[in-house]
Amino acid sequence: MMARRILVTGAARSTGRRLVAALAEEPEVAAVVAVDHREPPAPFPAKVAFLDTDLRSPALVKAVESAGIDTCVHLGVSAEPRAAGGRTTMKERNVMGTMQLLAAAYHAPDLRRLVLKSTTAVYGAAPGDPAVWTEAMPHDTPRHGFGKDAIQVEDYVRSFNRRRSDVTVTVLRLANQVGPTVDNPLTRYFELPMCPTVFGFDPRLQFLHEQDTVRVLLRAALGPAVHGTFNVAGDGVVLLSQAIRIAGKPPLPIPEPLVGSVAELLRRTVDFSPEQVGFLQYGRVADTTAAREQLGFSPTWSSPHAFEDFAASRLRKLVTQEQVTTVEREALAALRRAAGWFGGGTQAGGAR
Amino acid sequence: MTAQEPRRCQALTARGERCRNPAGPGGLCALHRRRFETAAAEAGERPDAGADLGALAPFLAWAEEALEFLRRRLLGEYTVDEFGHDPDLVEHVLAPLLRPLYRRWWRVEVRGLEHVPDEGPALVVGNHAGTLPFDAMMVTLALLDEHPARRSLRVLAADLAFTLPVVAPLARKSGNTLACSEDAERLLEAGELVGVFPEGYKGLGKPFRERYRLQRFGRGGFVEVALRTGAPIVPVAVVGSEEIYPMVVNLRRVARLFGFPYFPVTPTFPLLGPLGAIPLPSKWVIEFCPPIPTADIGREAMMDPMVVFDLTDQVRDTIQQTVHKNLFVRRGVFA
Repeated sequence: MMARRILVTGAARSTGRRLVAALAEEPEVAAVVAVDHREPPAPFPAKVAFLDTDLRSPALVKAVESAGIDTCVHLGVSAEPRAAGGRTTMKERNVMGTMQLLAAAYHAPDLRRLVLKSTTAVYGAAPGDPAVWTEAMPHDTPRHGFGKDAIQVEDYVRSFNRRRSDVTVTVLRLANQVGPTVDNPLTRYFELPMCPTVFGFDPRLQFLHEQDTVRVLLRAALGPAVHGTFNVAGDGVVLLSQAIRIAGKPPLPIPEPLVGSVAELLRRTVDFSPEQVGFLQYGRVADTTAAREQLGFSPTWSSPHAFEDFAASRLRKLVTQEQVTTVEREALAALRRAAGWFGGGTQAGGAR
Repeated sequence: MTAQEPRRCQALTARGERCRNPAGPGGLCALHRRRFETAAAEAGERPDAGADLGALAPFLAWAEEALEFLRRRLLGEYTVDEFGHDPDLVEHVLAPLLRPLYRRWWRVEVRGLEHVPDEGPALVVGNHAGTLPFDAMMVTLALLDEHPARRSLRVLAADLAFTLPVVAPLARKSGNTLACSEDAERLLEAGELVGVFPEGYKGLGKPFRERYRLQRFGRGGFVEVALRTGAPIVPVAVVGSEEIYPMVVNLRRVARLFGFPYFPVTPTFPLLGPLGAIPLPSKWVIEFCPPIPTADIGREAMMDPMVVFDLTDQVRDTIQQTVHKNLFVRRGVFA
């Protein structure tokens, strides 16, 4: 295959940095153009040209055309309003940025492939949802935040595909990412000293290990071209209560009427956007059969294992496995001793 | 989809039953693995083992199992499937809580268990009554405790159940999911036993004077699901559920205020307050009827509304007749 020239947006964020590094190591990749509106914390490898620009700037159009880009990996959709400088800016970057990028891509003669990193948040989170989402199921449009942006971005990408049908478009709807280095609102949530939950609710969650994120993006960018939309998540399901226990944190159940004000607090500390609070109440699970069968991608980490890896490498547990096991052993030993005394007594009593 | 139902531990418990904890490496649960590993060492350490414990030995075995359960829960070492079904919790907490009601209070008598397949999908369709869905819980417990294959019934529940705090997670953990065709089909395709009560609130919230008169069976959605997946339909007739909370009046205004489908007034509720919420100890009979195969009807048939109507009526009539037969056989409401 000919040498590949790949453009990656959102390249300075954690997933972007790892993808760019992985792409640079592939022999078939001749050049990587890494685009972000802020500097990466560490310089990129040699093959990578860093373009320090907003997606909305005209420099991007020139770069896409002149570098002979054949693949565009669009990671630049952000779920973090505060980091972006407010919800308005986040929406501007997410939606307008995507439109500009697609406009540039429309004029790129060599472009053959477009990979969009989307999210299972497009399905929203509501009590009346089907238990497991497949890609084709009709879903309500999330009314705000990241989910809404992601839906709009997906729509623009689809309409781009109608105009440039020679480009293979792969949309990856990723579950919540966890891992030793990835940084997002949910990882910050579990890093809090206590995890606030909605009282009386225990949502089902799916996780995707950060290594699998990079693997699936590499697969979509470099593997055989597959057109379509795919859910990507680790096998299995973890309940929020279970995740909090694996994390070794005390849960902090908040009654529903107070959730609003606690959510406001969460917004400030972990940069939650409002629909993520709904996610922590109702949760969501996506079916990954299509990714397995059509894309040929199976994650190496299951949801529970991915979360355990995240918890083991990142979280300071307040309740450890050793403590619980010791308490269990001691309680049992005490019971045995007590039973030893009384056991003798009851036998004597029984003989009477 | 991959089966996430954990394999069971291979060891035997103190009572000589198969251990039903989820199995880890080596086909044993954490409890039995540790017990086997340390058996030899402990025999030397504990001269008091065995004989001395006398009558307390079963209690000790129970305590050990309970502590092991608590440890597992505290550390999150259990598996739920993609619908949120938590067999570990059902086995150790939810089923034990319901068993006294099943055995002592309502003295449930089960018939026709042979009509429920040992493996593979089937759609169990029942009559619904009694204000609170205890009938669904009792049918579930009957299949879990008395069916030779100890099958978990996955009941399709009303959407209200998934919006109420505390109820919502318990509904999922005990194996229920939302009554929608997507969920039902997915479960049947995975080879699960799915339970559905097509009367819904119309059956659950009907006044006492209409007892044992089956309401309209939804819009036949359950038949379409069965036809699409080729799963057999097993009608189940529940007798006894109508008398647990005899609803005299339905306070519609109060119900609307709380967003409930109905608000019952029974001879004891709300007159006696929380005491009035204790269900009456009627005698229950649950009878599973011979399965109605759907696989040979063909998928095209579900396009034909007549086939769907006929099949819906056939299931409803079977249940209605079985209910009448068992009412006649039952010696008295509380006998």
